[in-house]
Amino acid sequence: MKSDAVYAPSDDIVARNIEGELIIVPLAAGVGDMEDELFTLNETGRAIWDELDGKKTITEIVQNLSVEYDGEEGEIEADVIGIAAELLKRRMIVAVT
Amino acid sequence: MSSYIEKIRSDKAALWCDSAPLLTSLDIELTERCNNNCVHCYINLPAENIAARERELTTDKIKNILDEAASLGCLHVKFTGGEPLLRKDFEDIYLFTRKLGIKVLLFTNAVLITPYMADLFSEIPPLQQIEVTLYGLKKETYESVTNVNGSFEAAQQGIQLLLEKKVPFVVKGSTLLQNREEFDAFEAWATNIPDMNRPPAYTMFYHLRSNKDEEKNRAIRKLRLPPENVLNILTRRSPEYIKEMKSFFEKFTQPPGDHLFSCSAAKAKGSVDSYGFFKPCLMLRAPDTLYDLKKGSLKEALTDFFPKVQQLKAENSDYLKRCARCFLKGICEQCPAISWLENSTLDTPVDYFCDVAHTQARHLGLLREDEMSWNIPDWETRIKRFCSG
Repeated sequence: MKSDAVYAPSDDIVARNIEGELIIVPLAAGVGDMEDELFTLNETGRAIWDELDGKKTITEIVQNLSVEYDGEEGEIEADVIGIAAELLKRRMIVAVT
Repeated sequence: MSSYIEKIRSDKAALWCDSAPLLTSLDIELTERCNNNCVHCYINLPAENIAARERELTTDKIKNILDEAASLGCLHVKFTGGEPLLRKDFEDIYLFTRKLGIKVLLFTNAVLITPYMADLFSEIPPLQQIEVTLYGLKKETYESVTNVNGSFEAAQQGIQLLLEKKVPFVVKGSTLLQNREEFDAFEAWATNIPDMNRPPAYTMFYHLRSNKDEEKNRAIRKLRLPPENVLNILTRRSPEYIKEMKSFFEKFTQPPGDHLFSCSAAKAKGSVDSYGFFKPCLMLRAPDTLYDLKKGSLKEALTDFFPKVQQLKAENSDYLKRCARCFLKGICEQCPAISWLENSTLDTPVDYFCDVAHTQARHLGLLREDEMSWNIPDWETRIKRFCSG
Protein backbone atom coordinates (compact mmCIF):
# COMPACT_ATOMS: atom_id res chain seq x y z
CA MET A 1 0.00 0.00 0.00
CA LYS A 2 1.51 3.29 -1.11
CA SER A 3 1.65 6.19 1.29
CA ASP A 4 0.24 8.59 -1.31
CA ALA A 5 -2.76 6.38 -2.05
CA VAL A 6 -6.23 7.84 -1.51
CA TYR A 7 -9.25 5.72 -0.59
CA ALA A 8 -12.99 6.29 -0.32
CA PRO A 9 -15.95 4.18 0.82
CA SER A 10 -16.98 1.73 -1.87
CA ASP A 11 -20.31 1.72 -3.68
CA ASP A 12 -20.58 -1.95 -2.70
CA ILE A 13 -21.50 -1.00 0.87
CA VAL A 14 -23.67 1.47 2.72
CA ALA A 15 -22.12 2.99 5.82
CA ARG A 16 -24.70 4.07 8.38
CA ASN A 17 -24.42 5.95 11.61
CA ILE A 18 -27.10 4.66 13.93
CA GLU A 19 -27.17 6.02 17.46
CA GLY A 20 -23.45 6.75 17.22
CA GLU A 21 -22.54 3.28 15.95
CA LEU A 22 -21.00 2.89 12.51
CA ILE A 23 -22.78 0.02 10.78
CA ILE A 24 -21.45 -1.15 7.43
CA VAL A 25 -24.19 -2.84 5.43
CA PRO A 26 -23.14 -4.84 2.34
CA LEU A 27 -24.98 -3.74 -0.80
CA ALA A 28 -23.40 -5.82 -3.57
CA ALA A 29 -22.98 -9.57 -3.34
CA GLY A 30 -19.77 -10.96 -1.93
CA VAL A 31 -18.88 -8.24 0.58
CA GLY A 32 -19.76 -10.39 3.56
CA ASP A 33 -18.94 -14.07 3.98
CA MET A 34 -22.57 -14.74 4.78
CA GLU A 35 -25.57 -12.98 3.37
CA ASP A 36 -26.93 -11.66 6.63
CA GLU A 37 -23.77 -10.15 8.05
CA LEU A 38 -23.35 -6.55 9.00
CA PHE A 39 -20.07 -5.05 10.11
CA THR A 40 -18.88 -2.50 12.55
CA LEU A 41 -15.43 -1.12 13.37
CA ASN A 42 -13.63 -0.93 16.65
CA GLU A 43 -12.65 2.47 18.05
CA THR A 44 -9.37 2.60 16.13
CA GLY A 45 -11.05 1.44 12.98
CA ARG A 46 -13.79 4.03 13.32
CA ALA A 47 -11.29 6.88 13.70
CA ILE A 48 -9.48 5.75 10.57
CA TRP A 49 -12.71 5.14 8.62
CA ASP A 50 -13.75 8.74 9.21
CA GLU A 51 -10.53 9.87 7.50
CA LEU A 52 -10.98 7.68 4.42
CA ASP A 53 -12.89 10.39 2.59
CA GLY A 54 -11.52 10.12 -0.93
CA LYS A 55 -9.34 13.19 -0.45
CA LYS A 56 -6.61 12.48 2.08
CA THR A 57 -3.61 10.29 1.36
CA ILE A 58 -2.52 7.58 3.77
CA THR A 59 0.33 9.84 4.89
CA GLU A 60 -2.06 12.72 5.59
CA ILE A 61 -4.35 10.45 7.55
CA VAL A 62 -1.45 9.24 9.69
CA GLN A 63 -0.40 12.85 10.33
CA ASN A 64 -3.93 13.90 11.29
CA LEU A 65 -4.39 10.99 13.67
CA SER A 66 -0.93 11.58 15.21
CA VAL A 67 -2.06 15.06 16.18
CA GLU A 68 -5.39 13.88 17.52
CA TYR A 69 -4.30 10.74 19.38
CA ASP A 70 -1.39 9.79 21.64
CA GLY A 71 0.85 7.16 20.21
CA GLU A 72 3.91 6.57 18.13
CA GLU A 73 3.47 7.66 14.53
CA GLY A 74 4.81 4.28 13.44
CA GLU A 75 2.09 2.48 15.39
CA ILE A 76 -0.60 4.75 13.98
CA GLU A 77 0.75 4.19 10.48
CA ALA A 78 0.59 0.43 11.01
CA ASP A 79 -3.03 0.73 12.13
CA VAL A 80 -3.99 2.91 9.18
CA ILE A 81 -2.35 0.60 6.67
CA GLY A 82 -3.74 -2.45 8.43
CA ILE A 83 -7.33 -1.32 8.36
CA ALA A 84 -7.13 0.18 4.87
CA ALA A 85 -5.77 -3.13 3.57
CA GLU A 86 -8.52 -5.07 5.28
CA LEU A 87 -11.27 -2.75 4.09
CA LEU A 88 -9.83 -2.91 0.57
CA LYS A 89 -9.76 -6.70 0.68
CA ARG A 90 -13.41 -6.73 1.75
CA ARG A 91 -14.35 -4.26 -1.01
CA MET A 92 -15.51 -1.74 1.58
CA ILE A 93 -13.22 0.99 0.23
CA VAL A 94 -11.82 1.69 -3.22
CA ALA A 95 -8.71 3.50 -4.41
CA VAL A 96 -9.41 6.95 -5.80
CA THR A 97 -7.37 7.83 -8.83
CA MET B 1 -10.93 -12.36 13.24
CA SER B 2 -9.73 -8.92 12.38
CA SER B 3 -8.76 -6.57 15.14
CA TYR B 4 -10.42 -3.68 13.34
CA ILE B 5 -13.59 -4.97 11.71
CA GLU B 6 -16.20 -6.92 13.60
CA LYS B 7 -18.95 -8.92 12.03
CA ILE B 8 -22.27 -8.49 13.70
CA ARG B 9 -25.50 -10.39 13.39
CA SER B 10 -28.13 -7.72 13.61
CA ASP B 11 -30.78 -10.22 14.63
CA LYS B 12 -28.79 -11.73 17.47
CA ALA B 13 -26.38 -9.15 18.80
CA ALA B 14 -27.25 -6.17 20.90
CA LEU B 15 -26.02 -3.48 18.58
CA TRP B 16 -26.69 -0.55 20.78
CA CYS B 17 -25.35 -0.37 24.29
CA ASP B 18 -26.59 3.04 25.33
CA SER B 19 -29.64 4.09 23.39
CA ALA B 20 -31.61 2.03 20.91
CA PRO B 21 -33.01 3.56 17.72
CA LEU B 22 -36.63 4.65 17.68
CA LEU B 23 -37.33 2.16 14.89
CA THR B 24 -35.37 -1.03 14.28
CA SER B 25 -37.64 -2.93 11.92
CA LEU B 26 -40.61 -2.17 9.71
CA ASP B 27 -43.09 -4.36 7.82
CA ILE B 28 -44.64 -2.98 4.67
CA GLU B 29 -47.61 -4.62 3.00
CA LEU B 30 -46.89 -3.45 -0.52
CA THR B 31 -50.26 -4.64 -1.78
CA GLU B 32 -53.25 -6.62 -0.61
CA ARG B 33 -53.56 -8.08 -4.10
CA CYS B 34 -52.26 -11.53 -4.93
CA ASN B 35 -51.83 -13.61 -8.07
CA ASN B 36 -52.95 -16.69 -6.11
CA ASN B 37 -56.39 -17.14 -4.61
CA CYS B 38 -55.70 -19.30 -1.57
CA VAL B 39 -58.78 -20.19 0.41
CA HIS B 40 -57.08 -19.84 3.81
CA CYS B 41 -55.51 -16.42 3.20
CA TYR B 42 -56.54 -13.53 5.41
CA ILE B 43 -55.75 -10.78 2.98
CA ASN B 44 -55.60 -11.69 -0.72
CA LEU B 45 -57.58 -9.54 -3.14
CA PRO B 46 -57.61 -10.36 -6.85
CA ALA B 47 -54.47 -9.26 -8.68
CA GLU B 48 -56.55 -7.23 -11.12
CA ASN B 49 -58.55 -5.41 -8.42
CA ILE B 50 -58.27 -1.90 -9.80
CA ALA B 51 -59.87 -0.17 -6.81
CA ALA B 52 -57.33 -1.74 -4.45
CA ARG B 53 -54.46 -0.94 -6.77
CA GLU B 54 -55.48 2.69 -7.07
CA ARG B 55 -55.67 3.06 -3.29
CA GLU B 56 -52.18 1.64 -2.76
CA LEU B 57 -49.32 3.83 -1.67
CA THR B 58 -47.46 5.41 -4.56
CA THR B 59 -43.80 4.66 -5.20
CA ASP B 60 -42.81 8.09 -3.93
CA LYS B 61 -44.84 7.72 -0.74
CA ILE B 62 -43.25 4.35 -0.02
CA LYS B 63 -39.81 5.85 -0.60
CA ASN B 64 -40.62 8.70 1.77
CA ILE B 65 -41.61 6.19 4.43
CA LEU B 66 -38.44 4.18 3.86
CA ASP B 67 -36.33 7.32 4.00
CA GLU B 68 -37.82 8.27 7.34
CA ALA B 69 -37.47 4.71 8.60
CA ALA B 70 -33.75 4.76 7.78
CA SER B 71 -33.34 8.14 9.47
CA LEU B 72 -34.89 6.64 12.63
CA GLY B 73 -32.37 3.78 12.59
CA CYS B 74 -34.34 1.04 10.87
CA LEU B 75 -32.15 -1.85 9.70
CA HIS B 76 -34.79 -4.40 8.67
CA VAL B 77 -37.73 -4.08 6.32
CA LYS B 78 -40.12 -6.90 5.53
CA PHE B 79 -41.98 -6.65 2.22
CA THR B 80 -45.15 -8.66 2.32
CA GLY B 81 -48.64 -8.53 0.93
CA GLY B 82 -50.62 -9.90 -0.88
CA GLU B 83 -47.85 -10.73 -3.27
CA PRO B 84 -45.24 -7.95 -3.18
CA LEU B 85 -43.84 -8.83 -6.60
CA LEU B 86 -47.16 -7.88 -8.19
CA ARG B 87 -46.16 -4.26 -7.89
CA LYS B 88 -44.58 -3.01 -11.09
CA ASP B 89 -42.30 -0.77 -9.05
CA PHE B 90 -41.01 -3.56 -6.82
CA GLU B 91 -37.47 -3.44 -8.23
CA ASP B 92 -37.34 0.32 -7.76
CA ILE B 93 -38.56 0.05 -4.15
CA TYR B 94 -36.24 -2.88 -3.40
CA LEU B 95 -33.11 -1.14 -4.70
CA PHE B 96 -34.05 2.08 -2.94
CA THR B 97 -34.35 0.18 0.33
CA ARG B 98 -31.07 -1.66 -0.03
CA LYS B 99 -29.25 1.56 -0.97
CA LEU B 100 -30.47 3.05 2.30
CA GLY B 101 -28.50 0.29 4.03
CA ILE B 102 -31.56 -1.67 5.05
CA LYS B 103 -31.82 -5.46 4.98
CA VAL B 104 -34.87 -6.80 3.20
CA LEU B 105 -37.02 -9.78 4.11
CA LEU B 106 -39.28 -10.73 1.22
CA PHE B 107 -42.38 -12.89 1.63
CA THR B 108 -43.41 -14.30 -1.76
CA ASN B 109 -45.03 -17.24 -3.47
CA ALA B 110 -42.15 -17.21 -6.02
CA VAL B 111 -44.59 -17.32 -8.95
CA LEU B 112 -43.30 -13.99 -10.30
CA ILE B 113 -39.58 -14.70 -9.81
CA THR B 114 -38.15 -14.20 -13.29
CA PRO B 115 -34.54 -14.73 -14.43
CA TYR B 116 -34.15 -10.96 -14.15
CA MET B 117 -35.44 -10.88 -10.57
CA ALA B 118 -33.23 -13.82 -9.58
CA ASP B 119 -30.23 -12.00 -11.03
CA LEU B 120 -31.21 -8.88 -9.10
CA PHE B 121 -31.38 -10.79 -5.80
CA SER B 122 -28.09 -12.48 -6.64
CA GLU B 123 -26.24 -9.25 -7.39
CA ILE B 124 -27.86 -7.07 -4.71
CA PRO B 125 -28.75 -9.65 -2.05
CA PRO B 126 -31.61 -8.86 0.31
CA LEU B 127 -29.32 -9.91 3.22
CA GLN B 128 -32.12 -12.03 4.64
CA GLN B 129 -33.36 -15.34 3.34
CA ILE B 130 -36.38 -14.89 1.08
CA GLU B 131 -39.36 -16.78 2.51
CA VAL B 132 -41.29 -18.73 -0.11
CA THR B 133 -44.68 -20.19 0.73
CA LEU B 134 -45.34 -23.54 -0.93
CA TYR B 135 -48.46 -25.65 -0.50
CA GLY B 136 -47.41 -28.94 -1.99
CA LEU B 137 -45.04 -30.76 -4.26
CA LYS B 138 -47.72 -31.85 -6.72
CA LYS B 139 -49.58 -29.65 -9.15
CA GLU B 140 -52.98 -30.93 -8.06
CA THR B 141 -52.21 -30.35 -4.38
CA TYR B 142 -50.69 -26.92 -4.84
CA GLU B 143 -53.33 -25.62 -7.21
CA SER B 144 -56.19 -26.96 -5.10
CA VAL B 145 -54.98 -24.42 -2.54
CA THR B 146 -54.03 -21.52 -4.82
CA ASN B 147 -56.98 -21.96 -7.19
CA VAL B 148 -54.90 -20.71 -10.11
CA ASN B 149 -54.03 -22.90 -13.07
CA GLY B 150 -50.34 -22.82 -13.89
CA SER B 151 -49.33 -21.43 -10.48
CA PHE B 152 -47.54 -24.65 -9.47
CA GLU B 153 -45.25 -24.69 -12.47
CA ALA B 154 -44.54 -20.96 -12.13
CA ALA B 155 -43.70 -21.31 -8.43
CA GLN B 156 -41.42 -24.28 -9.11
CA GLN B 157 -39.71 -22.30 -11.86
CA GLY B 158 -39.22 -19.38 -9.48
CA ILE B 159 -37.72 -21.66 -6.85
CA GLN B 160 -35.44 -23.23 -9.46
CA LEU B 161 -34.21 -19.77 -10.48
CA LEU B 162 -33.41 -18.89 -6.88
CA LEU B 163 -31.47 -22.15 -6.56
CA GLU B 164 -29.57 -21.60 -9.80
CA LYS B 165 -28.57 -18.08 -8.80
CA LYS B 166 -27.74 -19.17 -5.26
CA VAL B 167 -30.15 -16.67 -3.74
CA PRO B 168 -30.67 -17.64 -0.09
CA PHE B 169 -34.25 -18.66 0.61
CA VAL B 170 -36.34 -20.93 2.78
CA VAL B 171 -39.72 -22.51 2.15
CA LYS B 172 -42.68 -22.64 4.49
CA GLY B 173 -46.04 -24.32 4.25
CA SER B 174 -49.54 -24.52 5.61
CA THR B 175 -51.27 -27.46 7.21
CA LEU B 176 -54.28 -27.93 5.00
CA LEU B 177 -56.54 -30.84 4.26
CA GLN B 178 -55.19 -30.88 0.72
CA ASN B 179 -51.55 -31.42 1.69
CA ARG B 180 -51.81 -33.31 4.98
CA GLU B 181 -50.41 -36.49 3.39
CA GLU B 182 -47.39 -34.66 2.03
CA PHE B 183 -45.64 -33.23 5.08
CA ASP B 184 -42.92 -35.87 5.16
CA ALA B 185 -42.25 -35.61 1.44
CA PHE B 186 -42.27 -31.80 1.65
CA GLU B 187 -39.81 -31.78 4.52
CA ALA B 188 -37.53 -34.32 2.81
CA TRP B 189 -37.56 -32.21 -0.36
CA ALA B 190 -36.84 -29.04 1.63
CA THR B 191 -33.62 -30.51 3.01
CA ASN B 192 -32.17 -30.08 -0.50
CA ILE B 193 -32.50 -26.31 -0.25
CA PRO B 194 -29.09 -25.04 0.88
CA ASP B 195 -30.40 -22.53 3.42
CA MET B 196 -32.96 -24.80 5.06
CA ASN B 197 -31.20 -25.52 8.33
CA ARG B 198 -34.47 -26.41 10.04
CA PRO B 199 -37.74 -28.02 8.97
CA PRO B 200 -40.21 -25.74 7.20
CA ALA B 201 -42.46 -23.59 9.34
CA TYR B 202 -46.17 -24.14 8.90
CA THR B 203 -49.13 -21.86 9.18
CA MET B 204 -51.73 -23.68 11.23
CA PHE B 205 -53.81 -20.96 12.83
CA TYR B 206 -55.68 -19.40 9.97
CA HIS B 207 -56.62 -15.83 10.62
CA LEU B 208 -59.88 -14.33 9.55
CA ARG B 209 -60.08 -11.82 6.73
CA SER B 210 -58.81 -8.35 7.48
CA ASN B 211 -61.73 -6.95 5.47
CA LYS B 212 -64.26 -8.96 7.50
CA ASP B 213 -65.48 -10.88 4.42
CA GLU B 214 -67.97 -13.18 6.16
CA GLU B 215 -68.29 -15.67 3.32
CA LYS B 216 -64.54 -16.20 3.22
CA ASN B 217 -64.37 -16.24 7.01
CA ARG B 218 -66.79 -19.17 7.12
CA ALA B 219 -64.47 -21.05 4.75
CA ILE B 220 -61.42 -20.16 6.84
CA ARG B 221 -63.08 -21.37 10.05
CA LYS B 222 -63.75 -24.72 8.41
CA LEU B 223 -60.05 -25.12 7.61
CA ARG B 224 -59.00 -24.85 11.24
CA LEU B 225 -57.80 -28.16 12.60
CA PRO B 226 -59.27 -29.53 15.83
CA PRO B 227 -56.90 -28.84 18.76
CA GLU B 228 -55.92 -32.54 19.00
CA ASN B 229 -54.79 -32.49 15.36
CA VAL B 230 -52.82 -29.28 15.99
CA LEU B 231 -51.11 -31.04 18.88
CA ASN B 232 -50.31 -34.04 16.68
CA ILE B 233 -48.57 -31.78 14.20
CA LEU B 234 -46.73 -29.79 16.87
CA THR B 235 -45.47 -32.99 18.48
CA ARG B 236 -44.35 -34.74 15.31
CA ARG B 237 -40.85 -34.09 16.60
CA SER B 238 -41.67 -34.48 20.24
CA PRO B 239 -38.21 -33.96 21.84
CA GLU B 240 -37.70 -30.72 19.92
CA TYR B 241 -41.21 -29.55 20.79
CA ILE B 242 -40.70 -30.23 24.51
CA LYS B 243 -37.32 -28.48 24.46
CA GLU B 244 -38.80 -25.48 22.69
CA MET B 245 -41.70 -25.29 25.13
CA LYS B 246 -39.37 -25.45 28.14
CA SER B 247 -37.27 -22.67 26.72
CA PHE B 248 -40.36 -20.63 25.96
CA PHE B 249 -42.05 -21.10 29.33
CA GLU B 250 -38.86 -20.18 31.17
CA LYS B 251 -38.86 -16.78 29.53
CA PHE B 252 -42.34 -15.69 28.67
CA THR B 253 -45.07 -17.22 30.71
CA GLN B 254 -47.06 -15.22 33.15
CA PRO B 255 -50.61 -13.91 33.31
CA PRO B 256 -50.73 -10.57 31.46
CA GLY B 257 -53.19 -8.83 33.76
CA ASP B 258 -55.42 -6.20 32.23
CA HIS B 259 -52.77 -4.75 29.91
CA LEU B 260 -53.81 -5.70 26.41
CA PHE B 261 -50.39 -5.48 24.82
CA SER B 262 -48.02 -7.82 26.61
CA CYS B 263 -46.13 -8.42 23.36
CA SER B 264 -43.44 -6.40 21.61
CA ALA B 265 -45.87 -4.68 19.23
CA ALA B 266 -45.00 -1.05 18.55
CA LYS B 267 -41.75 -1.27 20.49
CA ALA B 268 -39.25 0.09 17.97
CA LYS B 269 -41.17 -1.62 15.20
CA GLY B 270 -44.39 -1.46 13.29
CA SER B 271 -46.17 -2.26 10.10
CA VAL B 272 -47.42 -0.10 7.25
CA ASP B 273 -50.43 -1.37 5.35
CA SER B 274 -50.91 -1.01 1.61
CA TYR B 275 -52.78 2.27 2.00
CA GLY B 276 -50.48 4.14 4.36
CA PHE B 277 -51.75 3.26 7.81
CA PHE B 278 -49.04 2.56 10.37
CA LYS B 279 -49.93 -0.30 12.73
CA PRO B 280 -48.28 -1.57 15.92
CA CYS B 281 -48.01 -5.02 14.30
CA LEU B 282 -48.74 -6.72 11.01
CA MET B 283 -52.01 -8.32 12.05
CA LEU B 284 -53.54 -5.46 14.03
CA ARG B 285 -56.17 -3.64 12.00
CA ALA B 286 -58.52 -2.20 14.59
CA PRO B 287 -59.19 1.36 13.35
CA ASP B 288 -58.43 3.00 16.71
CA THR B 289 -54.92 1.51 16.70
CA LEU B 290 -53.95 2.73 13.22
CA TYR B 291 -51.98 5.89 12.50
CA ASP B 292 -52.61 7.60 9.18
CA LEU B 293 -49.24 8.43 7.59
CA LYS B 294 -50.95 10.92 5.31
CA LYS B 295 -51.46 13.06 8.41
CA GLY B 296 -48.24 12.46 10.28
CA SER B 297 -44.87 10.74 10.38
CA LEU B 298 -43.50 7.42 11.59
CA LYS B 299 -41.72 9.32 14.34
CA GLU B 300 -44.91 10.97 15.56
CA ALA B 301 -46.65 7.61 15.62
CA LEU B 302 -43.79 5.97 17.51
CA THR B 303 -43.39 8.72 20.07
CA ASP B 304 -46.95 9.99 20.55
CA PHE B 305 -49.50 7.50 19.27
CA PHE B 306 -48.18 3.97 19.80
CA PRO B 307 -47.37 4.50 23.50
CA LYS B 308 -51.04 5.30 24.06
CA VAL B 309 -52.05 2.10 22.23
CA GLN B 310 -49.59 0.10 24.33
CA GLN B 311 -51.27 1.36 27.49
CA LEU B 312 -54.74 0.19 26.50
CA LYS B 313 -56.41 -1.97 29.11
CA ALA B 314 -58.97 -4.72 28.82
CA GLU B 315 -62.51 -4.01 29.98
CA ASN B 316 -64.36 -7.12 28.84
CA SER B 317 -65.30 -9.07 31.96
CA ASP B 318 -64.85 -12.41 30.22
CA TYR B 319 -61.31 -11.41 29.19
CA LEU B 320 -60.53 -10.18 32.71
CA LYS B 321 -61.78 -13.45 34.18
CA ARG B 322 -59.93 -15.67 31.69
CA CYS B 323 -57.12 -14.22 29.53
CA ALA B 324 -55.91 -11.64 32.09
CA ARG B 325 -55.34 -14.44 34.62
CA CYS B 326 -54.08 -17.08 32.19
CA PHE B 327 -50.51 -18.30 32.57
CA LEU B 328 -50.68 -19.85 29.09
CA LYS B 329 -51.05 -16.47 27.40
CA GLY B 330 -47.60 -16.83 25.88
CA ILE B 331 -48.55 -19.90 23.85
CA CYS B 332 -52.05 -18.72 23.02
CA GLU B 333 -52.70 -17.07 19.67
CA GLN B 334 -55.25 -14.73 21.25
CA CYS B 335 -54.06 -11.15 21.19
CA PRO B 336 -55.67 -7.78 20.48
CA ALA B 337 -55.12 -8.21 16.74
CA ILE B 338 -56.70 -11.66 16.59
CA SER B 339 -59.47 -10.63 18.96
CA TRP B 340 -60.37 -7.80 16.61
CA LEU B 341 -60.36 -10.06 13.54
CA GLU B 342 -62.59 -12.56 15.32
CA ASN B 343 -64.89 -10.31 17.32
CA SER B 344 -64.28 -6.66 16.35
CA THR B 345 -63.07 -5.89 19.86
CA LEU B 346 -59.54 -5.93 21.26
CA ASP B 347 -60.37 -7.84 24.41
CA THR B 348 -62.50 -10.87 23.69
CA PRO B 349 -61.24 -14.41 24.36
CA VAL B 350 -61.08 -16.56 21.23
CA ASP B 351 -62.36 -19.99 22.20
CA TYR B 352 -60.60 -21.91 19.43
CA PHE B 353 -57.15 -20.60 20.38
CA CYS B 354 -57.99 -21.03 24.07
CA ASP B 355 -58.75 -24.72 23.38
CA VAL B 356 -55.50 -25.15 21.44
CA ALA B 357 -53.46 -23.67 24.30
CA HIS B 358 -55.23 -25.84 26.89
CA THR B 359 -54.70 -28.96 24.77
CA GLN B 360 -50.98 -28.24 24.63
CA ALA B 361 -50.79 -27.52 28.36
CA ARG B 362 -52.52 -30.79 29.21
CA HIS B 363 -50.15 -32.68 26.94
CA LEU B 364 -47.20 -31.04 28.69
CA GLY B 365 -48.55 -31.94 32.13
CA LEU B 366 -49.21 -28.34 33.13
CA LEU B 367 -52.95 -28.82 33.48
CA ARG B 368 -55.22 -31.70 34.40
CA GLU B 369 -58.22 -32.47 32.19
CA ASP B 370 -60.66 -30.69 34.51
CA GLU B 371 -58.57 -27.56 35.05
CA MET B 372 -58.71 -24.21 33.32
CA SER B 373 -55.55 -22.14 33.13
CA TRP B 374 -56.98 -19.03 34.79
CA ASN B 375 -57.75 -20.92 38.00
CA ILE B 376 -54.27 -22.20 38.84
CA PRO B 377 -52.78 -20.47 41.91
CA ASP B 378 -49.60 -22.60 41.80
CA TRP B 379 -48.87 -22.02 38.10
CA GLU B 380 -45.31 -20.85 38.85
CA THR B 381 -44.51 -24.10 40.66
CA ARG B 382 -45.89 -26.10 37.76
CA ILE B 383 -43.80 -24.17 35.25
CA LYS B 384 -40.66 -24.66 37.34
CA ARG B 385 -41.33 -28.39 37.64
CA PHE B 386 -41.93 -28.69 33.89
CA CYS B 387 -38.85 -26.72 32.93
CA SER B 388 -36.56 -28.64 35.27
CA GLY B 389 -38.00 -32.04 34.37
